[in-house]
Formats: sequence, structure tokens, C-alpha cells
Amino acid sequence: MIEFTLWDILRNLLLAARWTIVLSLVSFIGGGVVGAILLFMRIGGSSLLRAFTRYYVELFQGTPLLMQLFLAFFGLGLFGIDVPAWFAAGLALILWTAAFLTEIWRGCVESITRGQWEASASLGMGYVQQMRYVILPQALRVAIPPTVGFSVQVVKGTALTSIIGFVELSKAGTVVTNATFQPFIVYGLVALIYFALCWPLSKSSQILERKLNVAHRNH
Amino acid sequence: MNYVFSFSWLAEYYPVLLKGILITIELTVVGGLLGVALGTTCAWARALGPAWIKPPVSAYVELIRNTPFLIQLFFIFFGLPSLGVRLTELQAANLAMIVNLGAYSCEIIRAGIQATPRGQFEAGASLAMTPIQTFRYVVLVPALQRIWPALSSQVVIVMLGSAVVSQIAAEDLTFAANFIQSRSFRAFEAYFVSTVIYLVLAIVLRQIMAGVGGMLFARRSVR
Repeated sequence: MIEFTLWDILRNLLLAARWTIVLSLVSFIGGGVVGAILLFMRIGGSSLLRAFTRYYVELFQGTPLLMQLFLAFFGLGLFGIDVPAWFAAGLALILWTAAFLTEIWRGCVESITRGQWEASASLGMGYVQQMRYVILPQALRVAIPPTVGFSVQVVKGTALTSIIGFVELSKAGTVVTNATFQPFIVYGLVALIYFALCWPLSKSSQILERKLNVAHRNH
Repeated sequence: MNYVFSFSWLAEYYPVLLKGILITIELTVVGGLLGVALGTTCAWARALGPAWIKPPVSAYVELIRNTPFLIQLFFIFFGLPSLGVRLTELQAANLAMIVNLGAYSCEIIRAGIQATPRGQFEAGASLAMTPIQTFRYVVLVPALQRIWPALSSQVVIVMLGSAVVSQIAAEDLTFAANFIQSRSFRAFEAYFVSTVIYLVLAIVLRQIMAGVGGMLFARRSVR
């Protein structure tokens, strides 16, 4: 039997962690773009679009991410497409992230007082101008801490993609465990690597929030 | 697309689904009650407890909040036996959910406790209450009332997160869906039906949490 040193285990886990990072970035950026589009639909004029985004958010926040992954994986297959695990994983995570980011950002836009809308309207600005010059710059400041905080959920969400067969940190943990028979050490290390990825994000979200709160009190 | 949808398997497999639903509910109820109890204790420790207790509680909260539930579950189920702690699938699933919700609800409840005006503590002390009595009778319930919406969402998130326990072969709703798709080869339909059931469970759970909140805080003025 081959003996595995701690370094062998750690090296393989770190190699797999690259894919956790790539998938997190893809999901977060893709989710941000889709989320921004949904946000404009959610707060825009058309009541049909508003209803659509409301149900979209309800659907993705009210069902398990694991089920969304399964449906993306098996559902796309029904159309005769041979779905690779990375594609289903990326798609499901982008749609899931978009739902949460839309809801977070909607709260931020709604936190801007009505007077700001009225003041900019009285200057003869149109909807796009109001958003571009008055509302979004202010909403963005409020939105940064919770958005950074949510990125932690995205990193942790990528762990579920191991279940549909995407090889990232969690899947590597299972594979290495099956080779070394040392679940305690392997899963402990996996947890520590996730912690190393997530904790700086959590911490910076807290720090940003404190800074922005100070700005808030000076109003 | 030449695929013909078929839900005829429902007639044969509904008992499997039903059992899965019951186990998911059981996990949510046990995890919810004990998790919030653990979270309340930790919130007390972090906000009002003695100095020596704060670092270990903070470490626990940060560690759990910054690692995926799936890994916590694997660590408990596969990792702990090497320390001599052997748990069944359901025990491990229950424990993981309690530990997970404990950390999240600790942070939520702590925010509620720290928003308590100082006068409340002083009023309790002036009535000769011990700090524990003040916490129990004066601070806790208004604190819970303040953060009840956030706590409710967290319980729903934990319920949805419980889909993962099928990975250690705990026989919850997702396990039932996996079982059915492996027997009937109707993967999409099996996952579709269980997704709808999860959605219904989430909506019902939100209503129940709102109802419990209404009962707990019925005769208190909202601050």
C-alpha cells in the first residue's frame, strides 16, 4: 500500500481548490450580471416583468440549491444536449446567485429615500438618468458590504457541485479520503481551506459595514 | 425534444416520497429547536458571558459560518469515528444541522441582545434580579422579537440545506428522489416533483414561523 504524507494530501486538495475558486468567480460575476438585469426588471415600470422577477426570486430562494443543480444537470439532458458537470454547475450557480443578489440590491435601492427620486425628477431627469446619476451611486455604497458577505455563500455553494460530479475541493476531499482512509485529517484540511477562502471575505464585509455605518451617522 | 414526460411512477413510489418528507420535517424540527437553543446559549456567552468563554464561542461561530455544510456533515459522519464517536446517518445529520444553525442563529440573536437598551439591564438589576434572571425574563424575549424575521429565514435556509444529508445516506426527501430516479430512470420528473415539495415545505415553514412569532410575542408592544 502506498503511504500518503500530509503534504501529498494537502497538495492534491490545493490543486482542486483552484476549481472551487474558478467556479466561485464565474458564478459570482455571472450571477452579478444576471442579477443586475433582474434588478432593473424588478424596480422598473412593467408590472409583468416585476411579477416575473418576484416569482423567479421566490423559486430560487425557496428550493434547495442541490435540487437546482440536479434539474440543470438532468433537465438540459432532456433536450438531447450532453451536459458536462461544469456547465450544469455554472448555470445553476449563476441563476441561484442572481436571485439572491437581486433581492439584496433591491433592498439597497429601496433604502434610498423618496426625496432623492423626487429631487432628481424635479431637475427634469429621466428614469435612466435618475438611476445613473442619483440613485445607483448612493445605493452602491449601501450594497457593497452585503454583496461581499454573500460571496461567502457562493464559495460555500460550490461545494454542492461535487454531488453532480464536478471535481473541486469537496470532491477532491472524497477522492483523497477513499485513497488514504484518513477522513478526519482530509475533511479537516478541506474545511480549513474553505475557511481560508471565506473568512477574509466575511471579515472584509464586516469592516466595510462598520465604515459605511460611520458614513451613515454623519448624514 | 422527443422526450415524453411521465409521472406514472408516482403511484408506485409515493410511500417513498412520503417517508422522505417526514424525515426532512423531523430533521428540520429537531435541528430548528435544538439549533436555536444552542444559538441562544452561544449568543448569551458572546454578548454577556464571562471573558474566558468568548474566544472559543467566537472560534466555533466563525469556523461554522465559513465552511460548507456538506463538509461539516462529512467531517461529523466520516471523520468523527476515528475519534471513537460513531453516529448513525440520522444522528449525524441531526447533529450537523444543530451545530450549523447554532452558529448562524448565535450571530442573529446576539444582534438582538446587543440592541437591548442599557436601561433594561439596569431595571432588572434594580429589581434584585440576578444577571441570568434579567437575561431570561427581561432581555431575551424582546431580543428574539426584534430578530424573529431573520431567524425565520435562517431556519428555512437550514431546511433547504438539509437536502445535502442524502449524501451520507440519511433517507430524507432528496434521498427518496435519488432512489426513485435510480429505479424508474425518470430523473427529471423525480427531481422536479421533490423540488416542488421543497418549495411547498419552505412556504409552509415560513407561515409556521410567522405563526409561532405571533404567539410568542402576542401581548408585547413592538419596539
